[in-house]
Amino acid sequence: MARIANSRVPNADERLLARFGAAESTQKQKGGGDGGDDGGDAEGGQKLKEKGEELKAEMDALVDEIDEVLEENAEEFVKNYVQRGGQ
Amino acid sequence: MAVPKVMGTEIEYGITVRNDRDFDPISSCVLLVNAYREDHDAKILWDYDQENPLADARGFQVEGEKYTPNQQENIARNKTLINGARYYVDHAHPEYSCPEVTNVRELVVHEKAGERIVEISRREAQALLPKGTQMLIYKNNSDRKGNSYGSHENYLMDRRTSFKQIVEHLLPFFATRQVYTGAGKVGSENRSQPCDYQLAQRSDFFETEVALDTMVKRPIINTRDEPHADREKYRRLHVIVGDANMSEYTIYLRNGATALVLAMIEDGAITRDVSLRDPVRAIREISHDPSCKLEVQLDRGPKVTAVQLQREFLDMALAYTSSREIDPITKDVLVKWQYVMERLERDPMELSREIDWVIKKALIENFMDRKGADWGSPQVEMMDLQYHDIRPDKGLYYLLERKGQVERIADDDEITAAIQKPPEDTRAYFRGECLRRFPDEVFGVNWDSISFGIGDEPIKRILMAEPLKGSKVHVEDLLSSSTSAAELVKNLRA
Repeated sequence: MARIANSRVPNADERLLARFGAAESTQKQKGGGDGGDDGGDAEGGQKLKEKGEELKAEMDALVDEIDEVLEENAEEFVKNYVQRGGQ
Repeated sequence: MAVPKVMGTEIEYGITVRNDRDFDPISSCVLLVNAYREDHDAKILWDYDQENPLADARGFQVEGEKYTPNQQENIARNKTLINGARYYVDHAHPEYSCPEVTNVRELVVHEKAGERIVEISRREAQALLPKGTQMLIYKNNSDRKGNSYGSHENYLMDRRTSFKQIVEHLLPFFATRQVYTGAGKVGSENRSQPCDYQLAQRSDFFETEVALDTMVKRPIINTRDEPHADREKYRRLHVIVGDANMSEYTIYLRNGATALVLAMIEDGAITRDVSLRDPVRAIREISHDPSCKLEVQLDRGPKVTAVQLQREFLDMALAYTSSREIDPITKDVLVKWQYVMERLERDPMELSREIDWVIKKALIENFMDRKGADWGSPQVEMMDLQYHDIRPDKGLYYLLERKGQVERIADDDEITAAIQKPPEDTRAYFRGECLRRFPDEVFGVNWDSISFGIGDEPIKRILMAEPLKGSKVHVEDLLSSSTSAAELVKNLRA
């Protein structure tokens, strides 16, 4: 049985940056990929950082919203959700 | 030539009433379904005469008692809607069977309209319940305690295609399509290996390859041979292996890719042998591996991942369509299928806007990181359930939708319109329009018939054995020139 429980799972911020990085690279491919990097490395790094922070803030806000709507007494709630088998 | 892929879905929802000591699922379902009101209050029967769920596609009839409720029970449990859908009580679950559609875009619109219809009736039913109780409904497939309920897809197929061939090609396709169709589930059940999170809600429940059963010992391929159409020409493939999906993108790709593969089977375009050595074992193991790297054994020896096997189907689909005229929606399905496969090959977590199991997993992992929770936390289990809550203000999927964090296929206006409007290009149009225009004279309905009770005359049953006839183009003039049901029936006979 393949289990991934023990493999290291990247944390949320790493994943966000990876996602953002991946999106960047696809955009570049779409742009034709003539190799010309407008804007220096430092500027690109700064942009990436800002974008990363923006996404992190978004994610924090989302978790806050989940907190607001998530049912209280989760343990009892989930325990009491019992269905009859269907098709 | 493959027949047009007329299709539809049947979704059984989970239902409970909180703080009700005497909660009875069946009476709650009856309350729910009857709380939904359309403009008329005619009592219309579901016509069980036309049904035969015990016919097996392998060519025999299984012995058993056919279910036929008495008239009162029939009316209490069945509603046929003016959008052509059937909304009813199936065992201990409310079920919504959407009207027949001809493409996946409309399928998404109508499956989503079903969610809203169930939510409208939940609110109405809630008003009739004692204070302090709360009716809750989930579009999922399991209570995570070993009880599963279904979400079925139906596709029109050519009767001439042998069922044996369908089985051979679909087993590997169904065992592996969960990499992009799974709705995601925390933990495992039904005596499966323990795991933190898996791709599909249903995969723990498949115990055999092919059978007629749907409630016990569930098969990957169900053999129910009930075409609801001309049985000389068609079969209806009844697919029970899927999950109830929330993501529009996932629903679209699920039915789109499956319809394409079915057309390819009909046209003899499955050219590579990708049969699995043990599909039942594979479907569980693949579901338990969110990295999508696990290898399963092909019957002819080599091992492949589910993603590689799906890539084979996509390649065959691209070859199949390259020499054919294809409609824009099928083209779009291919583009999306390719997009999804590329990401599954690189990193499945890149699909956190598109594919249900990834959307849910990313949502839960972000929550766990920030809250220090783990896969066993009650809050995480709650999120797994609440992702499927059909209340717009409580459902976690809807929260993401509102925030623009998931890809959509349909827009809200289309979905709202489909609550009262049948698709225009199938017999659902005739069914829905008859109900809207002449509710008091419609006596009974089934997918392939509608019968009228006019005055003291004997019941007249109109058969609709062709799913593509009865469309707006076919019957618009007939309907607009008939001012009563009696005239309609007369005009039909003329």
